[in-house]
Amino acid sequence: MGKRFPALSRLLHWLMALMILAMLFIGIGMVSSLADYHRLVSIHRPLGIVILILVSIRLLNRLFNPPPPLPAGFPPLLRFAADGSHYLLYALMFAVPLVGWSMLSAAGYPIAMWGGVHLPPILPHSAALYALLRPLHTALALLLFVTFLAHLAAALTHAFLFRDGVFESMASWRK
Amino acid sequence: MSDSDPRKPSPENRYSLSALARPGALASLALIAAILGVVAAAFAWSAGWFSPHRVDQTHIVNAFEADGGVRAGFRRNHAKGVCFTGWFDGNGAAVPFSRASLFERGRVPVFGRFSIAGPIAPDSPAAVHSMAINYTLSDGEVWRTAMVPIPVFVVRDPKSFYDQLVAAVPDPKTGKPDPSRMKAFLAAHPETLRAIGLIKAQPFATGFANERYNSLNTFLLVNAQGAATPVRWTMEPVDSFAPAPKTAPSSDPNYLFDALGKRVSQGPVRWHLIFVLGRPGDPTNDATLPWPRDRTRIDAGTLTVTGLQAEAPGNCRDINFDPMVLPSGIAPSDDPLLPARSAVYSADFTRREGEAKTPSPVQLQAGR
Repeated sequence: MGKRFPALSRLLHWLMALMILAMLFIGIGMVSSLADYHRLVSIHRPLGIVILILVSIRLLNRLFNPPPPLPAGFPPLLRFAADGSHYLLYALMFAVPLVGWSMLSAAGYPIAMWGGVHLPPILPHSAALYALLRPLHTALALLLFVTFLAHLAAALTHAFLFRDGVFESMASWRK
Repeated sequence: MSDSDPRKPSPENRYSLSALARPGALASLALIAAILGVVAAAFAWSAGWFSPHRVDQTHIVNAFEADGGVRAGFRRNHAKGVCFTGWFDGNGAAVPFSRASLFERGRVPVFGRFSIAGPIAPDSPAAVHSMAINYTLSDGEVWRTAMVPIPVFVVRDPKSFYDQLVAAVPDPKTGKPDPSRMKAFLAAHPETLRAIGLIKAQPFATGFANERYNSLNTFLLVNAQGAATPVRWTMEPVDSFAPAPKTAPSSDPNYLFDALGKRVSQGPVRWHLIFVLGRPGDPTNDATLPWPRDRTRIDAGTLTVTGLQAEAPGNCRDINFDPMVLPSGIAPSDDPLLPARSAVYSADFTRREGEAKTPSPVQLQAGR
């Protein structure tokens, strides 16, 4: 087996994988839910901010603890897809919560976290900005879900077809 | 497994298409496809894409549009309104019941909106006066509320609300709702008939300034110890209540708003925020049911309205008075209308904020 991701990288990856997947399901669910709308929004908003904080830590961690290289002989086209999709994942992990925070700011909503704690607005109150950002939040979140599916497909392909140790470099916890 | 195991791809060709020829490769592909399919299907299920007829916020906003038509850029309900500014003076009386800083002695800034329920239409004695308020607490928290004068609400759950809207959709032939559909709705909803009886027994006021406005839904006040008290509330006007006349006193299509403008120009208009404390057994999840009249009432403070502004960019026009925007110390009850109001207000807000804006029919005369 090749080199694994550092332990902190694996921890952040799996923690955020759970959170982001939960966020995508909560987000798409709440916009068509009458009974659970408030409950779901009340989780969605602070959890998005937690993800924004974690992805910032994760980006720093990645700079100091770089991931192991892809196996020798990994075809250039697949390498390009792997690199590109990871850039896209990182960009979306920042963009989706930032656009969410921005759109709430532009709508003039209080940005409530847990227990009465509030974040300041990061944009002025503006109908035009809200009208731009609200659909952008959905579009970017759907793109994130599609990118996640591609990431999952790639991970499973490494695990079941290529059997090249790439899946285990993130998924193995053996000493 | 050794490297000679035929089930394991050799390092040389594991990335080539020929690797798919090894035993078990197609089964692996099928497994991958199945896992992806399950995840995608679960997402589609969460999104409601498998249940397009389940009533959600989009259906309800669409039903408002079918009933009242669409004036682009305006609220689908309570379309006609005017903004106000002022303040709220807490008097400390509600502090034992709620830890919200609003209820301590002191003043916080307030803005809000007076409006009439329904689409844009000429003012009339039957118009349902409404008051929405945004309290900005000293700690940065916000409390929003949207209130009307009726003593109870006409339906008790979101599905009934939707069915009532659909029953009132105008018949394309006559331009009027089909009375048989509303009759059928009422036959299926005795609670609505009872509520309408209570609503008709209590007249509206002559105008906005001497109207009382009710929370309709039950909320919980939560104090510093974490104890919750179910409450409903009323904004009780200081101006003396007088019942609305049977017919419009003026041909001015905005006579209610113009009278409010005149009243505010004469001096501040005040309301007392009166909390009615529920007792165990009082219905919290059914807004069609009144509470007994003898419940304890607490005067938590005074709202003072000092100025009016026509709707404009960035003022109450562009605010969603979502009644679930609550500070710590006020919490939702188990009333199913509450999350639904939040969801529908949000969907309506998103729709109208994306449309081109035109001036409100309610404009204030110069010098006011």
